[in-house]
Formats: sequence, structure tokens, C-alpha cells
Amino acid sequence: MAPELLTNSFNKQTQRDLIQQKNRKIRAFTVNFGPQHPAAHGVLRLILELHGEEIIRSDPHVGLLHRGTEKLIEYKTYLQALPYFDRLDYVSMMSNEQVFALATEKLLNIDIPVRAKYIRVLFAEISRVLNHLMSVLSHAMDVGALTPFLWGMEEREKLMEFYERVSGARLHAAYVRPGGVSQDLPAGLLDDIYMWATQFGDRIDEVEELLTDNRIWKLRTVGVGVMTAEEVLNYSFSGVMMRGSGVLFDLRKNQPYEVYDKIDFDVPVGINGDCYDRYLIRMAEFRQSLRIIFQCLNDMPAGPVKVEDFKISPPPRSMMKEDMESLIHHFLLFTKGYSVPAGETYTAIEAPKGEMGVFVVSDGTERPYRCKIRAPGFAHLGGFDQVARGHFLPDAVAIIGTMDLVFGEVDR
Amino acid sequence: MLRLFGRPMRAASAPLSSSTTSSIRMLSFSSPRTAKPAPTAYPPEYRLKPAEKWNEGESALDRAGRFFLMAELFRGMYVVLEQYYRAPYTIYYPFEKGPISPRFRGEHALRRYPSGEERCIACKLCEAICPALAITIEAEERVDGSRRTTRYDIDMTKCIYCGLCQESCPVDAIVETPNVEYSTETREELLYNKEKLLANGDKWEQEIQFGLDADSHYR
Repeated sequence: MAPELLTNSFNKQTQRDLIQQKNRKIRAFTVNFGPQHPAAHGVLRLILELHGEEIIRSDPHVGLLHRGTEKLIEYKTYLQALPYFDRLDYVSMMSNEQVFALATEKLLNIDIPVRAKYIRVLFAEISRVLNHLMSVLSHAMDVGALTPFLWGMEEREKLMEFYERVSGARLHAAYVRPGGVSQDLPAGLLDDIYMWATQFGDRIDEVEELLTDNRIWKLRTVGVGVMTAEEVLNYSFSGVMMRGSGVLFDLRKNQPYEVYDKIDFDVPVGINGDCYDRYLIRMAEFRQSLRIIFQCLNDMPAGPVKVEDFKISPPPRSMMKEDMESLIHHFLLFTKGYSVPAGETYTAIEAPKGEMGVFVVSDGTERPYRCKIRAPGFAHLGGFDQVARGHFLPDAVAIIGTMDLVFGEVDR
Repeated sequence: MLRLFGRPMRAASAPLSSSTTSSIRMLSFSSPRTAKPAPTAYPPEYRLKPAEKWNEGESALDRAGRFFLMAELFRGMYVVLEQYYRAPYTIYYPFEKGPISPRFRGEHALRRYPSGEERCIACKLCEAICPALAITIEAEERVDGSRRTTRYDIDMTKCIYCGLCQESCPVDAIVETPNVEYSTETREELLYNKEKLLANGDKWEQEIQFGLDADSHYR
């Protein structure tokens, strides 16, 4: 087709397109947005076709951060595959580990100790706060409000310190393992999380004071990136992108995993489906996460943190050094790994960005036969053309911000 | 604008009523959506915006007052001013460093026994578990009959610092030190061999031992 007849990505011509074509004197201007654009959140490359400043078509090019994670996992044991999940969505690390751990546990048909579940929920919610701090505040930074981003970095620093204390790494924790978590919480960590949680509400208030009523912020977000509930479902958006349009769906409520059925929390739902509603939802989710964190701190039971089946989780080091049986288990686990019964599972959790799912097929060996990762950001980016069409170029930045794209998981 | 599941948040979001939205939309210079299909019917559970009533929202005077007095902007500015009087959270990095836990996973090291004998017995568990295949070990019997490595290489450019090597090591030989300041100018310097790792172990032994002792209850 001749370039001047190209109107949009689906070659559907609206009335408006036809009129524009008739009156057209110049071709649409094509702009390369990224892959090194500071507002593109990593290595997003958008080919934008602009009519003046209006986006008439956008074409996201992905794959610049492709590392072949899914294929690599097929050659790793279940334990070795775990660190790769940290690197998918690298601003909410433990949520990714959690989805893989849950899938493996489902295939192994094991139930983990309650304390491990509470630790996982606690850190899943800390991850949610980490992620929303990054997404909301970098969104704000992209549309011009630098200050709250710096405050958010301070809070992220505190949270990553908790990550580091519990796992030894600030970012790529490798903490949530199939069968529980790798180590127990160090003494005093829960006290410090409590101290952090008591002050974090004030930090959210400060950010809200700066953004929520601010007319500049509202001009940039209200009415931008509107998606109806129908469109949202058709484009398989999930998480905040879906709830922003009024679809009440949260995997923590709809199919509770871990201990979310014992925890009291609300799911915020938007009405207008624009960037502003999604921002409000994320701010409300901060407070709901805080509620969950407080409940986890109060209800944290005592007990083991991983299944005490040495066929699945390695024995403690003191036993390994004294007991021959344990040493054999230790060697087997770290060389051969554990074999997982043949079967397949699609396990999904409500990651901060949306529905993070993993489809694991096991053929009865120690390595997954296939591991398909369903990343929420990929679906969101796939709908970018639909969301951004008709908006202006600066609105594209706001839409990228609200979609909460992280290229670790989009390109995987 | 926003509802919580189960209970409406009308009172909390009163100033953000829909009339404000329309005025904002009037001020917005973005063109409205064009290619949006008109939804014909929604299933009952979809949340739709309630219809706007004529007497809802604030009066024109209120709105004008807020618009011209820029109250919300000044409130935000005051919050920013408050931050100015707080103690800074930043530290002077090379001179001050943040605290790290005993579990911290940094640069690798090979440890020795207090007698000076190297711990590693070349069981190759770390080589087997390493997800990034960063470790290479070759071993043979030494003249005194004990099994030791002749080659222990870690490619630090491949390493993903997952800590599985130190978890797997049955004799606590390969450990990750708290050190993170080992950046180099060339890539080759990051291909560590056994001498470099043992030297690291000698250099960091106190810190490593402190970390292992402090964390021994949890391992």
C-alpha cells in the first residue's frame, strides 16, 4: 500500500482519516521515540507518526532487552531458574519470584508453612510499594514534577535496605524459593519495617499534597489515555490499568493465593479510566499495602520458613555438616535438583503491574520443559497504539508513565 | 473519581467531583479520542460514572477563587518548603557508607582454614549450581594426597550474585564478601582466578567471619 494511504495500524479508515487524507498536503511526520529517550523508561522504541503534534499511529518496537529468559529457564533446574525471575520486572523483584515459586509448588503439590506465606505476602506488599513508588513518581517526573520522585527514592532506599537485610541483595533478592523462603527474617527486621510503616503514610500524604489537586498534574493526566472497560478487557490489560477503567478484578481477592484470604484489604477501582484515575488507584493501593503490611507484622506466626522436606528444600547448614543423610540431600539438591512431577500449570498473581503469570510445563525431570511468562507490561504496551491515538506527543509520555512499563518483563 | 471496593469513597474525594473534571477537560488542549468504539451495553458489574446533577459540585465563585488564589499549588509548595528544613537523607558516599547486613552478597572470595590451608575441596557444587555458568573448576590430587583445585575461575562479568555458590558450599570456602568496590578499567581484570579469590579471602577474612557468625542462627 502506498504510504499516503496508510492511516493506522489496522488499516481501518475512520471518517476523520478520510477527510484528513483529502486535505493532506504533507505526509505524516515519523518520529523515533527512544530507545534512548529519557522518558521512555528504559529501552522502549516507539515509532510515532505525527500529524503536527497529534499522534495518528504509534508502533512500539520491543526486544532491545531480550535475554531469552524463557529459553534459558528450560536449561536450568527449578532452583537455578529462580534468580532469572528477579530480573524480569526489576522494580518488583519478589513478586516475580513468588509467581514462579507458587507455580513450582503447585506442580510439586506441596503446601508451604504459614510463616513462609506471611513473609511472602509481607514482601510482596513491600514490592508493591517499591513498584508504585517508582511508577507513580517517575510518571510525575516525566510530566514535570521532579520533587516527589526524589522523596520516593528515599523511601525506596529504606525498602531496599529491608530487602538487603532479609536476602543479602538490594535488588535481585533470590529470596522467595519454591518451598518457602530461603532464610528466616533476621531479628529486629519486623520492628524496623513497623517503624518504616508508621511514617510512610505521611510520605504518601506529602506526595498527594503535591500532586493530587495540582492543576498542572491534572491537566496532564485527566482525560488522557482513556480506556473503556470493554477496551481494557479486549486488550487484556490487567492490574491498575484494568481497575482504572472500573473493572473490579484483583487476583488477590478473586482467587486468593498465600494468605490473602485471611487479610483484610480493599481494592480501589476507578471510574473514568484515565491516567488520573490510575494515579489515584496507585495512591490508594499504597495505603492498602500499608494495611496489609501492618496485618502481616501483627499476625506473623512462628515456625519454619520452608518445607521441612529435604528432597525439596536444602537442610540447615548445621545438619548438613554433621548428618550424612543431610549432606547427601544437600549435594543432590545443588547438583541434580529435585524432579517435579509431570504436569502443567498456569499460575498467576496480582503483581504490582498487573497479572503476572507463569505457565510451567514439567515433563517429570528436574528442569521445566517450558516456561512461558505472562508479563503484564507486554499487554499494556501492546495496547499503546489504541490508548495513545489521537493524543498529543507529550501525552504519550504520560501514557507510558501510567502503563508502568519495565522492559525487563516486556522484553524478557 | 475513585471508589474503594465495598464502600464508596465519595466523602474523601469530594473536591474532585465530576464538574472539576469537565472544567479540566475544557482547559486540556489534547484532542479527544477519535477511534474509540462506542460501548453499546455494559454488564452490570462494570463501574460507570454516575450521571452529573445540576446542583452537584462547587459554585462558580468557589471555583474561580481556587483558580485565581492557586491554593493547591501553594499547599504543595509549603510541603516542599518543609522538606528544606529536614535533615538530608543523602550521605557523602566514598567517605560515608550505608549500613549493610551480614547477609550481603558482594565480591567473591575463597577462604582458608586458620592453619592457612585452603578450604575448597573441589567438590564442584558451586560450579554445578551456578545459574550463569560463571565458575570453572579443575582439580587433581596434590602431592600430599588431598584433593584440591588447580584452577578456580569466576567470571565476574557473568556472575549474577544470586548467592547460590555460597549456599551450596559444604565447607564455607566460596563466600561473597561485603565488598562492592572492585570496579576495574578493563574487562580482563574481572576474570578472577584462584590467586585473586584467595587474596580476597585473606583480605576480607574478618568481615566474612563476622557475617557468618552473625547470621549462623539462620543458615
